[in-house]
Amino acid sequence: MADSFSINDEMSGRRKFLVAATSVAGGIAGAAIATPFLLSMMPSERAKAAGAPVEVDISKLEPGMLLMVEWRGKVVWVLNRTPEMLETLVKVEGELADPNSDKKQQPEYAKNRTRSIKPEILVTEGVCTHLGCSPVFRKEIAPADLGPDWLGGFFCPCHGSKFDLAGRVYKSVPAPTNMVVPPHTYLSDSRLLIGSESEGSA
Amino acid sequence: MSKLFSSMIEWVDKRFPLTSNWKAHLSEYYAPKNFNFWYFFGSLALLVLVNQLITGIFLTMNYKPDASLAFSSVEYIMRDVDYGWLIRYMHSTGASMFFVVVYLHMFRGMMYGSYRKPRELLWLIGMVIFFVLMSLAFTGYILPWGQMSYWGAQVIVSMFGAIPTIGETLQQWLLGDFTLSDAALNRFFAYHVVTLPLILLILVFAHILALHEVGSNNPDGIEIKQNKNPTTGIPVDGIPFHPYYSVKDIVGVVVFLMVFCGIIFFAPEMGGYFLEYNNFIPANTLQTPDHIAPVWYFTPYYSMLRAVTVNFLWIDAKLWGVILMAGSVVIFCFLPWLDRSPVKSIRYKGAYFKTALTLFVISFFVLGWLGTKSPTPLYTLLAQIFTVIYFAFFILMPWYSKIDKTKPEPKRVKE
Repeated sequence: MADSFSINDEMSGRRKFLVAATSVAGGIAGAAIATPFLLSMMPSERAKAAGAPVEVDISKLEPGMLLMVEWRGKVVWVLNRTPEMLETLVKVEGELADPNSDKKQQPEYAKNRTRSIKPEILVTEGVCTHLGCSPVFRKEIAPADLGPDWLGGFFCPCHGSKFDLAGRVYKSVPAPTNMVVPPHTYLSDSRLLIGSESEGSA
Repeated sequence: MSKLFSSMIEWVDKRFPLTSNWKAHLSEYYAPKNFNFWYFFGSLALLVLVNQLITGIFLTMNYKPDASLAFSSVEYIMRDVDYGWLIRYMHSTGASMFFVVVYLHMFRGMMYGSYRKPRELLWLIGMVIFFVLMSLAFTGYILPWGQMSYWGAQVIVSMFGAIPTIGETLQQWLLGDFTLSDAALNRFFAYHVVTLPLILLILVFAHILALHEVGSNNPDGIEIKQNKNPTTGIPVDGIPFHPYYSVKDIVGVVVFLMVFCGIIFFAPEMGGYFLEYNNFIPANTLQTPDHIAPVWYFTPYYSMLRAVTVNFLWIDAKLWGVILMAGSVVIFCFLPWLDRSPVKSIRYKGAYFKTALTLFVISFFVLGWLGTKSPTPLYTLLAQIFTVIYFAFFILMPWYSKIDKTKPEPKRVKE
């Protein structure tokens, strides 16, 4: 058998074409069968359906208090900021990476200095934009570990990223962007809907 | 009896290459006669691998890969399953000891130039084994679904999200959900118990095949195959692996098992370094622990991840951190081509290489220590300095290894 052909002589013309065609067909078949396996790893229909909005009653949220709400498996913070807290937002602006919220990390209606619909109520995902840890609410002023310039904000224990009381990121920290403000709306003065901008579209 | 035995072997040999393989890889595999204690760690890694496979199988008999059941099933193994605590501690201690012996095994290679020609591919296969081992450690640590499992996984998976354009889709594909959840735990279990061990076994097999093709290096870094006995064709400085090194390795195994059992019975958590205290708290998706650090064997790379705090060029600090972290591990792969020294072993290398290697080891330990601490401005600065030293060891190697004052290599290995 071995002497009936040699690679040099016969790997031309018809045989070369057939080898190439078979390889291409085999490659396509391989890619085709890999597709369903790879796609089976995407979020399932059940996971996609699980994103329902959450309604929160904020009537008992005292000034200075932080409420944690779970939405789509993530933590969402609702912070009732005191007037003193709101004043700090102006003072820290020089040290922030994106003080005007130019990067699209919030809906249009939250693209303002307080990053909120109502000035005192901050609604933001409590997720660090670095690698997904949940920062710690540090409202005390000038604590020992955060230095004398700290006016209150959020500190990520994982990699040391800092955010102000509007979830805006400081310069020179690992996190690249401000925290994400989820779509939300007020159904009444004390009823907040997180995850949707209108009651109907839920 | 022995006649029956030899005729059985003969029967098998006609159907399967048993005796020939026994000779090629054990009784007539000639290894340099000057191995020192650094040569224990390869066979010890094999021992730990067997430990992980066996204890792992028994753990799967009681573990449940379900976000609502995982944590309590691990506690069930610890409290209610007979000897469950022993099997789990053997597995968790084995994970840390795997890294201890593999790090020492790699350091041996760096000292004696075992990555140099003709062992480049052997080194590369070893590096892939190291990557698979890291993936195994990571997926395994997620399984108890404690606080550190959850938030450690959150950080690692978010790194893929830092990749431009495809990052977010890739992250969802990895998680099987929009957040870290039951879907991810279930598939990480599949990787940890099926996919990765299978790949690891194949790679270890290839690693040993490649080693036996080129032959072992030795503390003098000279090729024993270049000096063969003209009549037998056996290297004059070689001795058969079995019985010489098989017996020697048993001494290493005994010492290792004494340490291993000491840890299992007296300090299985190792002060929070082998099993972190926060991982005894069930995963809370709403709250990151105040202090989060990876297990000790990942801390040097973790320090480099968070050392970058400035945007540079068109890449932001977050992506730079991920690039540096990945680069700090991948860069070992280039050692065979970075080292331009005329000699292999540190015994004949000059002051430059010895200084560089010492600085590298110091920076590895300092970065490892920093990775266990909360970030403060001082620690971040230290991490940045030692990250530079870490990378300088590799990047400047072509230069300092070339101009280094080396001593001449001997013709024969030293006794």
